[in-house]
Amino acid sequence: MALEQQAVLTDEGGHDLDRTRKTAMWVFLGSESFFFAAMISTFLLYRNTTNDGPGAEIFNIPFTSATTFVLLMSSLTMVLADNAVERKDNRQARVWLIGTALLGVTFLAGQIFEFTEFVDHGLTVSVSPFGSSFYMLTGFHGLHVAGGVLLLSGLVAFSFRRPLHREGGLNTGIIALYWHFVDIVWIVIFTVVYLLQVS
Amino acid sequence: MTTTHRHPTAKTYWLVALFLAVVTALEVSVPYIAGIGSLSAPLLIIAGIVKFAVVVAVFMHLKYDSPSLRFYFLIGVFGAIIVFAVVLAAFRAL
Amino acid sequence: MAVTATTPDDLGYTPSTKGVWSWITTVDHKRIGILYAASALIFFFVGGLEALFIRMQLAQPNGTILSADAYNQLFTMHGLTMVFAVVMPIAAAFQNYFVPLQIGARDVAFPRLNAFAYWLFLLSIILMSSSFFLGGAPDGAWVGYAPLSTQLPELMRMDFYAVGAQLLGLASIASSANFIATIFTMRAPGMTLMRMPVFTWMTVVTSFLLILSLPVFGIALWQMFFDRNFDTLFYQAALDQGGAPLLYQHLFWIFGHPEVYVLILPAMGIVSEILPVFSRKPLFGYAFVVFSGIAIGFLGFGVWAHHMFTAGLGPVAEAGFGLATMLIAIPTGVKIFNWIGTIWGGKISFQTPMLFSLAFIAMFVIGGLSGVTHAIVPADTQQHDSYYVVAHFHYVLFGGSVFGFVAGAYYWFPKWTGKLLSETLGKWHFWLMLLGFNLTFAPMHILGLDGMPRRTYRYADGLGWNLWNLAATIGAFIIGISFLFFVWNLIKSYRGGRPAGDDPWDGRTLEWATSSPPKVHNFDQVPLVRHLDDFWHQKYGVDEEGRAVRLPEVTGASPDVLEEPGDDGGSPGGGVVDGVPSDDGGGTHGIHTPSPSFYPIVAAMGIVTMGFGLVYSSSGWLGWGAFGVGAVIALFAFFGWAAEPVTREAH
Repeated sequence: MALEQQAVLTDEGGHDLDRTRKTAMWVFLGSESFFFAAMISTFLLYRNTTNDGPGAEIFNIPFTSATTFVLLMSSLTMVLADNAVERKDNRQARVWLIGTALLGVTFLAGQIFEFTEFVDHGLTVSVSPFGSSFYMLTGFHGLHVAGGVLLLSGLVAFSFRRPLHREGGLNTGIIALYWHFVDIVWIVIFTVVYLLQVS
Repeated sequence: MTTTHRHPTAKTYWLVALFLAVVTALEVSVPYIAGIGSLSAPLLIIAGIVKFAVVVAVFMHLKYDSPSLRFYFLIGVFGAIIVFAVVLAAFRAL
Repeated sequence: MAVTATTPDDLGYTPSTKGVWSWITTVDHKRIGILYAASALIFFFVGGLEALFIRMQLAQPNGTILSADAYNQLFTMHGLTMVFAVVMPIAAAFQNYFVPLQIGARDVAFPRLNAFAYWLFLLSIILMSSSFFLGGAPDGAWVGYAPLSTQLPELMRMDFYAVGAQLLGLASIASSANFIATIFTMRAPGMTLMRMPVFTWMTVVTSFLLILSLPVFGIALWQMFFDRNFDTLFYQAALDQGGAPLLYQHLFWIFGHPEVYVLILPAMGIVSEILPVFSRKPLFGYAFVVFSGIAIGFLGFGVWAHHMFTAGLGPVAEAGFGLATMLIAIPTGVKIFNWIGTIWGGKISFQTPMLFSLAFIAMFVIGGLSGVTHAIVPADTQQHDSYYVVAHFHYVLFGGSVFGFVAGAYYWFPKWTGKLLSETLGKWHFWLMLLGFNLTFAPMHILGLDGMPRRTYRYADGLGWNLWNLAATIGAFIIGISFLFFVWNLIKSYRGGRPAGDDPWDGRTLEWATSSPPKVHNFDQVPLVRHLDDFWHQKYGVDEEGRAVRLPEVTGASPDVLEEPGDDGGSPGGGVVDGVPSDDGGGTHGIHTPSPSFYPIVAAMGIVTMGFGLVYSSSGWLGWGAFGVGAVIALFAFFGWAAEPVTREAH
């Protein structure tokens, strides 16, 4: 028989809702793993199919290391922002969020610069399957970063209306998970596409 | 239902970030080490895995969260690795 | 006590939740389920028409009803419609409506995301179907193999395919994440995983299959789209460009194979619920049925290349995948034996849900057997691309999925509407559909082994294929007629069918513990679950000899309703309880349900507009303009959605 109790709905402040949201986000990230794995595999299949165009020798490892470092540090600022929200320090959270977004934009700027250099040196999407798969993988990753920057901007905007630790609006913890994921995908890309191919 | 939150401190995060930066610097120097030969690939892969695991465990909290969340993520990661290893193997077999 | 129909007000629906706008902004999982079901029904008609055109063309040798071009579009769209616009949505309909009820929840984890997934599905199907009027529908078969699908970029057809399928995938991913979060974190107290109904378990498995496989299909489609529109070389092998068309096949089937388990597992879940109720026995080997479903899910990711046995994979790959394919027959067989064990020794009532469920088992076994023959690589080399394959998958998808979902429709219609479907019309539907189905597809085994190739718009005279093709066409029309009986039954019973009460079948699972239809908030009080089939245990105890004994103080229907009701229009046996629970004076008990929202449909419109823009991206400003406009709309909708409060509260 039915239990005489409060009707339990999971978004009653706090933990139940947090667990539900995290479940959904982690499941989504599991899905994204297949998405990026398919592109990474395509790249690996075509890593030597350069036709008459450039291959991995075109990579500028020092430059890409710098942009990689930028993205890595954005994970730090992101987790510090999340930490500030937990401490209910809305202002500090906003500072770290803006920092994260700026680092993300810097990374994207680096990517765009890198791509224009590569195109100038003959690596286009249509010169070879290597080119097609390189740009598709890094391009989709970049789009994910851009999406993350949008979400971070949204968070910053919301922080002016209401403290971020309160329910409602976008959720910092969940967006943080997304942001870190985009970073770890880049860790894989940097290793597999850049470092392993030039070694 | 509550989740136990054994939280890392901000200091932990800074230390982890430093660790990641150092590992990245080491990785980047690998292609320049003369005579590294065939050791470079395993070293780079291991470094990548370590960075990946550390970000997932600490920054993304998975170490401190419910094990079921680990399952949802790892089924994606390991499933993808296995499936695509088979695909790439199928091409070399051609 | 007289049987009364429950009115919307009894169920807690306020006047503001009536009318078209209330449906457009609904976030109620039950309404979303109904929307999916209505869509699936309409598209079943569309897909059926497409099939009838195909069959008319093939009724005779050298058919002249369709040109080759028209034929290619029709068989492609028939497949796409049936898979993405019929079977997946009808599964979604049942999952949306019943999973929260079965786990004792008030809604899914993210109701607006749920609504978004529906509208994205509907608008994407409309986008894909609009191609018929915009230069032609996709014509590269539902699989869209490259490099064929990358050719003729000046025609938009396969761009509609690439983008449309992409968007449908997004909808399913959203829906699946929602179900996983719901089922794993929102079950009623006491409902452990091993006390969940099998249908809910199958929803878990299919949700995982979808979220992991759809992204791979997404990549395959993006790569095809880029080859078509941006001169990439993913699949271009001609002139030493270096691309590998085989890559498309791998990526497609890594999705495509799990997809077929997505299509069948929910139907298996439904049958696993119906058989116990109509045999008045618990499901035999519940744990085995659940674990075999999980095993099918896992193994389903390991067999994809059995669709590629003639692509030159080499003996190692072929042997490996052939073996894995044979292995997957084992958990499937486990389910079949458990179903038989359920029926064996039961007190069986042969009402329409049971008839369709029994036919499901028989037809699915036939389809499964032809599947096992496909697992034998040398045999498959003959069968591949012949009508034998068409026979196989129609036996499992129509004889299996469709029969299973129709069984579910007859089973759950009373819960949806408070009325029973007519048994007489139901039996006409059943026998005509069974006859028509077998007449259509059984001969295709013969045609296939006799060499008739699939996806070919005509065949020559004198090959010995004429008779069976004609038989198949006649069978197809009989299926069509049976469908008319079904629709007539739905309409007639919805308007004036016998009131069903809460529990017309003496059910076992929690959805039968609600009113028919359920109140807007599902349960007045969240149930405390103590057993598998908890609702049954609320109604029945066990005597010294282990027989079920009706307990007093029940809210379900009397067992009289389970007897053959005879003619349509008679009144049921006495004791059917009024649909409104006794402790309720109507109203919501102060339980707030999530507020309606128009952001989900607007977000879906934005995304589909972006999709439309992508399709026309090679046309310059039209395409990129639409893409931009869609992006702005989508962004506005997503931020509005984030800012909007959910307004769920508990009291």
